[in-house]
Amino acid sequence: MFHRESGTFKTTYAGDMALYPLPVARGTVIALFVLFVVVAPLLLADYYLSIINLVMISIVGALGLNILVGYTGQISIGHAAFMSVGAYTAANLAVRLDLPFWVTLPAGGLMAALVGAVVGIPSLRIKGLYLAIATLAGQLIIEWTINHVPWISGGTQASIQVPRPSLFGYELKTQGQLYFFVLFFCVLAIVATLNLVRSRIGRAFVAIRDQDIAAEIIGIDIFRYKLIAFAISSFYAGVCGVLYTYYFGIANYENFQLGVSIDFLAMIIIGGLGSVLGSILGAAFVALLPLVIRTVMETVGPLFFTASELPGIISSLRLVIFGALIIVFLVLEPEGLNRLWRNVRNYFRVWPFSY
Amino acid sequence: MVKVTRHWAGAMLLASAIILGAHPAAAQQKEALFGLHCDRTGATQNVGVFLCPGYQDYIALVNSKGGVEGFKIRVLEVDNEYKVPPSMEAHERFKKEGAVLEGLYGTPQTAALTSKLNEDKILGTSPGFGTAAATDGKRFPYIFPIAASYWSQAAAAVEFAKKQLGGNLKGKKIAYLFYDNPAGKEPLPILEDLAKIEGFEMRTFAVPPPGVELGAQVLDITGRYKPDFIISHLFGRSPSVSIKELKGKGFPLSKVVSLVWGGTEADVRAAGGFGIAEGYHTIQFAGVGDEFPVIKDIIAMYKAQGKPAPKEIETTVLYNRGIMVAAVHVEAFRNAVKAKNGAMPTSEDVKNGMERVKGLTLGGLVPPMQLTPEDHEGGGWVQIWTVKGGKFVKTTEWFQAYRDLIKKHLAAEAKSK
Repeated sequence: MFHRESGTFKTTYAGDMALYPLPVARGTVIALFVLFVVVAPLLLADYYLSIINLVMISIVGALGLNILVGYTGQISIGHAAFMSVGAYTAANLAVRLDLPFWVTLPAGGLMAALVGAVVGIPSLRIKGLYLAIATLAGQLIIEWTINHVPWISGGTQASIQVPRPSLFGYELKTQGQLYFFVLFFCVLAIVATLNLVRSRIGRAFVAIRDQDIAAEIIGIDIFRYKLIAFAISSFYAGVCGVLYTYYFGIANYENFQLGVSIDFLAMIIIGGLGSVLGSILGAAFVALLPLVIRTVMETVGPLFFTASELPGIISSLRLVIFGALIIVFLVLEPEGLNRLWRNVRNYFRVWPFSY
Repeated sequence: MVKVTRHWAGAMLLASAIILGAHPAAAQQKEALFGLHCDRTGATQNVGVFLCPGYQDYIALVNSKGGVEGFKIRVLEVDNEYKVPPSMEAHERFKKEGAVLEGLYGTPQTAALTSKLNEDKILGTSPGFGTAAATDGKRFPYIFPIAASYWSQAAAAVEFAKKQLGGNLKGKKIAYLFYDNPAGKEPLPILEDLAKIEGFEMRTFAVPPPGVELGAQVLDITGRYKPDFIISHLFGRSPSVSIKELKGKGFPLSKVVSLVWGGTEADVRAAGGFGIAEGYHTIQFAGVGDEFPVIKDIIAMYKAQGKPAPKEIETTVLYNRGIMVAAVHVEAFRNAVKAKNGAMPTSEDVKNGMERVKGLTLGGLVPPMQLTPEDHEGGGWVQIWTVKGGKFVKTTEWFQAYRDLIKKHLAAEAKSK
């Protein structure tokens, strides 16, 4: 609708390799940049920024899980545990050694990657649901370990308070300041994933997902790439955990229990397996839909119920509507929000013509 | 496909129109906002579905009687489903709409909001959860447990056991049956110290979450260890399972005392009814039963509106805790308004008001607590209520136990940080 693709010729290798090869992409990127870096923090109240912050942190985690589940085809229900590994690594480093976030954050990611690779070892032998159970065991073992080893958890409360991140002596603590902190890493994660999935490693992941025997025959070292997939995915999870830790100012293993792993699986399934945009849309959907439902019900509800009855009704009805909407979306488009978006885009691409 | 897409475009437009159209109603004059975190649908919904209605009903009662010093109270309740991110979102929403205080819910949520509440200077109450160290108002200026912490509860449990076992614990055996999470482990340092001071032997029995299978632990306790007394500290469904198992193994329930989250009418009913649980002791930080004037007032208020009393009143243990929390919130707000001579107080004024709460009883439903800038717990008062003849019966009046020991631990905790 806004642009035409015909007449765009790629004359350089760099042009051919660009993430967005169309000329309109430059405009879109600039517009997105202005929107997220200038307009959003200036116009939005802290409340809305806090929602965006939470969404962005979960995008990082969802991208990691999508690399493993969506691109490589290895099911994992231990994602939250890898987040807690990152969170506690960073918290311990930040408190005991007084290290700044630009050291603790990659360190948390790397430690999670290491643990993730170990938990991923069974993936060579077992597949599908069996692997899911193996990673579930990983989740429980990590939870138990953190809960019972005071050296990691910092005491019976199993929570470590961390100082706010600071940059050049400037402490980041309001939602607006944390917004830029989180935004930076979120964008980094998105760009890195976009590049990863079209690299040699990413192609190998997809080959393993589609047919592992065929992949092995064409020369992909399955063991190695599966472990790399687990490591990269856990690295993202670890970074996500560190971001949560700095955002809340505390590392607490109760933030990273089994239910959170399931939530992240829900995000990528709703968003679309094996797509970067799907991870983003899924994370946003799972975080925002309950808020939209609640806002609508709070606006309409007082017409029917008294102030003391309403909260109970909203809580229960919200779950029902949320569940029902997920079913509706999945029935409408089993491949997730990403596919839905593509359908919309393809329709408008040639609009007003039908093809 | 085209049709579907069109349909979706329409739906999107409609959705965005709804979002844009939904803005909060403009605040009326002389209205104060209380933010309430609640869990009616998550992991601990067995508490929230009774506690939150208690809170709401008490505030409705206060409003129906003309409010607090001329202010109507509006409660903004957000269900956090016992998850942490929604609590942060809720806090920011409360802040945006100008809440003067927040009722927190959940231990991890309290931990995650502690630094934010300090930065935003809004107080949060954490009755019966959060860390016991939050009693120390100097270290946690904006967190108020306002009820006996796990440390105080554990001390009270030992004191009660001592009384039940004839005033001397020397050489006695006490089993500590606990839920294996941070909250379950929190009383351990107090219990270990008391074991030394009182000269009893203690062994711990951990129950891994979700705690619906206690056969092994109970067999270990009743068959092998054979303790003189059991202190149990369980959550969720596991208290009822523990009652059933202990009863099944023939252990006298009159030698069991449960900390605050293991003794509600719902737990007793789930264990097979009051007949089965006869003799089971529970520690409470709010009065139990419906024999309080405030509950009669609430029922009368519903009657005046032509409605039956809410069924949540039947689980009085939790419903009354909701009333207690609401009453303390209202009292803090009242103190703040009085200090400002009737003007709208800021959240900091309300924090100062909270630190002056004392002499609030509500006919015995609220303990004789006194909150001060140093003591945000209010003294750690509890009562013991016992299952007897089909209901909970009060066994002791409000009491505190081993305050010096707890103060010593608080001081040590403050020094270590």
